Amino acid sequence: MTGAGSIELRGLGVRFGGRPILQDLTATLTGRAIGLLGPNGAGKTTLLHTLLGFHRPSEGSARMRGEDVTGGASRLSGMIGYMPESDAFIAGITAVRFVRMMGEISGLPPEAALERAHETLHYVGLGEARYRTLEGFSLGMKQMAKLAQAIVHAPKILFLDEPTNGLDPPARARMIRLVKEIRDAGQSQIVLSSHLLRDVEECCDEVLVLKAGRIAFHGNLEEERRANRKFLQVETRGDERAFAAAAEAIGCTCALISPGRLKMILPEAIEVRDLYKIAAAQQIQIRKLDYKRDSLQDIFLKAMEEPRGRL
Amino acid sequence: MAVYDRRYRAYDGPLTPLSRRWRVLPRFAWAQVSRSRLFAAFFMLCFFWPIAATVWIYLHHNLRALANAGLDAVKLAPVDATFFAAFMGIQCFILGGLLTLLVGPGLVSPDLANGALPLYLSRPITRTGYAVGKMATLVVLISSITWVPGLFLFLLQSWLEGWAWFAGHVRIAAAIVLGAGIWIVTISLLALATSAMARRKVVAQTFLLGVIVFGTVAGQAINQMFDTSLGFLFNLPELMHSVWEGLYAVPLDARLPAWLAWSALATICGLSIAVLARKLRAFEVVK
Repeated sequence: MTGAGSIELRGLGVRFGGRPILQDLTATLTGRAIGLLGPNGAGKTTLLHTLLGFHRPSEGSARMRGEDVTGGASRLSGMIGYMPESDAFIAGITAVRFVRMMGEISGLPPEAALERAHETLHYVGLGEARYRTLEGFSLGMKQMAKLAQAIVHAPKILFLDEPTNGLDPPARARMIRLVKEIRDAGQSQIVLSSHLLRDVEECCDEVLVLKAGRIAFHGNLEEERRANRKFLQVETRGDERAFAAAAEAIGCTCALISPGRLKMILPEAIEVRDLYKIAAAQQIQIRKLDYKRDSLQDIFLKAMEEPRGRL
Repeated sequence: MAVYDRRYRAYDGPLTPLSRRWRVLPRFAWAQVSRSRLFAAFFMLCFFWPIAATVWIYLHHNLRALANAGLDAVKLAPVDATFFAAFMGIQCFILGGLLTLLVGPGLVSPDLANGALPLYLSRPITRTGYAVGKMATLVVLISSITWVPGLFLFLLQSWLEGWAWFAGHVRIAAAIVLGAGIWIVTISLLALATSAMARRKVVAQTFLLGVIVFGTVAGQAINQMFDTSLGFLFNLPELMHSVWEGLYAVPLDARLPAWLAWSALATICGLSIAVLARKLRAFEVVK
């Protein structure tokens, strides 16, 4: 899918003071919920800010719903909801006034903004606290208030930057549930930036892994989950590198997790007994063999292992 | 939707025009400042002098009332350009200045301190729109105590004095609006810039007060030390006097050439805009 409902990156690069922060990002993101993953400093937040129009691309371009993020900013920003990572609120006003004000700036008429502010605060679980000023909120309540202001105008694209930061387990579970509900309502495309793999795995159907400002992996988690490929975890004794090379020669994909432990993806045509044949030929013992679906953690770790990032 | 029906739902109602979104900022800011009792009391106090001036003008045109008050019309100061310049001087420099000090510093600094700018700027409002919205808060408030009552007094005087007086003194009306407008723009930009530079309201207030007071004191010191009048370049009311002298076409004891005062005001505005352009960003980029 391109154009409506997609985010297109074409050789996108961003530099700060000549220092490259994002380099040559090319991808078309079409998922209902897109996870941005990467270690600290990988460029996740810079990519979000570039899509939000806060930073101008130094090279290439980024388009959302067919609009260039630099050119059609005013039209695009009407479709956007943004929940920043850091503390962000307006001092001295109640939660309901805060959310109402944000709704009005996004284009809701005053009456509709007030109505939706009440609804949204109830929706995120702050109904009882909506007449309290934001300064008195706990960290978890502030996170929910930030989510409320981001969704009050029912944006077409919702950017969530580390939404579960600082939340205790019940609050985190509630945040994840809300994100999933918003995703399943089908009105908004979600871009969720997180360093927590579990958050992305639970909420997202597409993932973009960044490493040192480059794309290390881009894939559809939903397809990965549905794919009829055989995922194996193998423990060997012997030269596991030679075994991996031989397995790759017949079409398998291998990743060395630790000495003697491999993860493998077998194509349709390859059977497990073919691995035993290779092992016998290489004089390697297969000590253990488990079927295992490739988790996001495996994808992430593999991406991080690659010297230049890309898998 | 009822509040107990906690589902996420889309909004398919009408939207306000893009060009009007910045107006939300002053509306919410006025609502917030009007909750302060100090502000409410001071704002009411700002109308004491306009009411007194209204009575003054009325007395000028009511001989019976003058006689009852035991006053002589000849001894009363005439209602002319000097009268209006003096009235506007009090309203702009003293009351307008204090109002700016009360409201201005709290406009931008809390947003910067609490990271609210990304929330605004991710919405359909530009940095310029944000600055204009915040500035409108001050512009409307100061206008309501300066040129609005000034113009009302002018129209009252014209109504009581007759069409000929209005036609002969229309320049005063222009001077009231233009003179106050220049002051309002300058002091509002200065207040926003100081508010953007400090992240706490109290610090911003002290900073703004320091700019005004320190400028006046430093200007006096420069004048004394170097036997010059160029020190008045740092004195905001003095700069305005030089500009107003030309606008009202009456001697106001201005001690700087008008062109120099205009240049200094333009520089203050330019520097304030530069500070705002630098500070009003969604995120500060560390290069």
